[in-house]
Amino acid sequence: MNKVKKFLYSQKAAPYVFILPFVLTILLFWLFPIGNGVLLSFQDVLKDKWVGFDNYSRLLTDKMFFKAVYNSLKYMIGTLILLIPFPLLFASMLNSKLMKGQGFFKSVYFLPALTSVVVAGTIFRLMFGEMDTSLANQIMELLGKSPIKWLKGEWTGYFALLIVACWRWTGVNILYFLAGLQSIPTDIYEAASIDGASKWQQFIKISFPLVKPTTVYVLTISIYAGLSMFLESFMLWKGNNSPQNIGLTIVGYLYRQGIEKRAMGYACAVGLVLLLVVMVINMIQLIATGTFKKEER
Amino acid sequence: MAAEAIGKSQKRKNKMATIGMVIFFSILAILIIIPVYAIVLASFKPGNHLLQYGLNLNLDVANMTLDNYVLLFTGSHDYWIWFGNSLLLTVITVVLTLLVSSFVAYGFAAYDFKGKNFFFVIVLIILSIPFEVIMLPLYKQISSWGMMDNYAAVVVPFLAHASTIFFFRQYLLGLPKSLIEAGRIDGCTEYGIFFRLIVPIMKPAFSAMAILNGMNAWNNYLWPLLVIRSSEKYTLTIGLNTLINPYGDNYSLLVVGSVFSIIPIFILFICFQRYFIEGMTAGAVKE
Repeated sequence: MNKVKKFLYSQKAAPYVFILPFVLTILLFWLFPIGNGVLLSFQDVLKDKWVGFDNYSRLLTDKMFFKAVYNSLKYMIGTLILLIPFPLLFASMLNSKLMKGQGFFKSVYFLPALTSVVVAGTIFRLMFGEMDTSLANQIMELLGKSPIKWLKGEWTGYFALLIVACWRWTGVNILYFLAGLQSIPTDIYEAASIDGASKWQQFIKISFPLVKPTTVYVLTISIYAGLSMFLESFMLWKGNNSPQNIGLTIVGYLYRQGIEKRAMGYACAVGLVLLLVVMVINMIQLIATGTFKKEER
Repeated sequence: MAAEAIGKSQKRKNKMATIGMVIFFSILAILIIIPVYAIVLASFKPGNHLLQYGLNLNLDVANMTLDNYVLLFTGSHDYWIWFGNSLLLTVITVVLTLLVSSFVAYGFAAYDFKGKNFFFVIVLIILSIPFEVIMLPLYKQISSWGMMDNYAAVVVPFLAHASTIFFFRQYLLGLPKSLIEAGRIDGCTEYGIFFRLIVPIMKPAFSAMAILNGMNAWNNYLWPLLVIRSSEKYTLTIGLNTLINPYGDNYSLLVVGSVFSIIPIFILFICFQRYFIEGMTAGAVKE
């Protein structure tokens, strides 16, 4: 007994004791489920039998699944266009010495990140209501347009989803970029402005390249979050069923098959395809931005 | 003379730039506040009003009422049970996650051992797997282990939290190794060094991660929705979502309950703003 105790307290064994909780939880709650998910994806769980690649070949002909993939990709691309260049530009404006009240604006922009997706989704569902008196339709009226059934049309629904995303994440992304920009030494800008570089040139030639690690980080998490988006649409359409499935995403489809229809095996196949898509797109992105090369050096 | 004129015009230009930017960012701030303002305003309107007219900014002082607040504080409903459950779960999650994750992070930061890189690469891989991929198999596993409807199922799978471990490790790498050596010379055990010397100096890192994890736990929805069954165990997010069906006083409670669900986080944010932003942006600056 004493020997065991002595061993556990030795400098050799200690690091393993320290990382033991991690190894255990990873085994039990990550690797085990992933392995299980792979096995389940080759089964028909309800009939409890092995079906080989049936679930995967069914996916290839499943129009609804392609609709979900299309919607997720569309959402991801929209968020990449709106939630990276603009926050970067805004952050570098906020970072300017000429800007006043930076702290105040930072706090206000962070506010949406404090709300849960349930509350945020409910707010926006009601703002994009069908009645003439919902905020979105009041704005249409101001613009001289007739009211719209926002959440019933494909592109207006997409617009509403993107508005929710922008509301929630613009501020957070500004903060990310601000943190990145503040790590750039200010004398570089001073030298450039003495050489006659305009603010815009400084942004393109100094801020943009030097803030690249942050940009890659934000890009990576945006791809990840965009492709696995589910709850925003779940809340906006009051559940997983939207008209003509305009709000159906990959995870929404996984939820529908696995939880609502109890087709666990098929749903696991959907999950693994999601994993594959996220990994491939992020891999392409990391190679294209040269992140791997830097690590080799 | 000429230089002075240029200096003056530059100064005016700068002033114009400042004013322009302040106006621009104020507009952006207003756009961001509008939805929050709208829901706070709606909490003073009758619930059926919301169903009938949707959410808008109409200020109808004559019809403003405190009924929703009276309902919230005196009505017969489960709101405060959900609120209490969420509070309890959040506190448990934060305390355990910080304890376990810092323990693990110290192992990674303070020692060189066989397999260290291998295990650390696993931390990084897990950071890049969407939770939704393992959600269903994990759900099946939890149910076959008889852990359904149990708070342990909500908390335990995420105790060794990859991004929290990563953050703590970065923080600990910045500490001098001589501190650990000094502890050993003083006769501390390896674990004594962690609990007596390291934990106290990790306070700033703990604060940042406590707030980030606390916010996530408070707002967590999808996973608790899957594993929690009985209504007396509902968390606030699950409970609020059950109010969405438009019967009875549900919308009154939904709108005022939503406002109240933001308040605890909002108070924390006002008090510990620096830590919020630090915890949130920790990953972004690192290469």
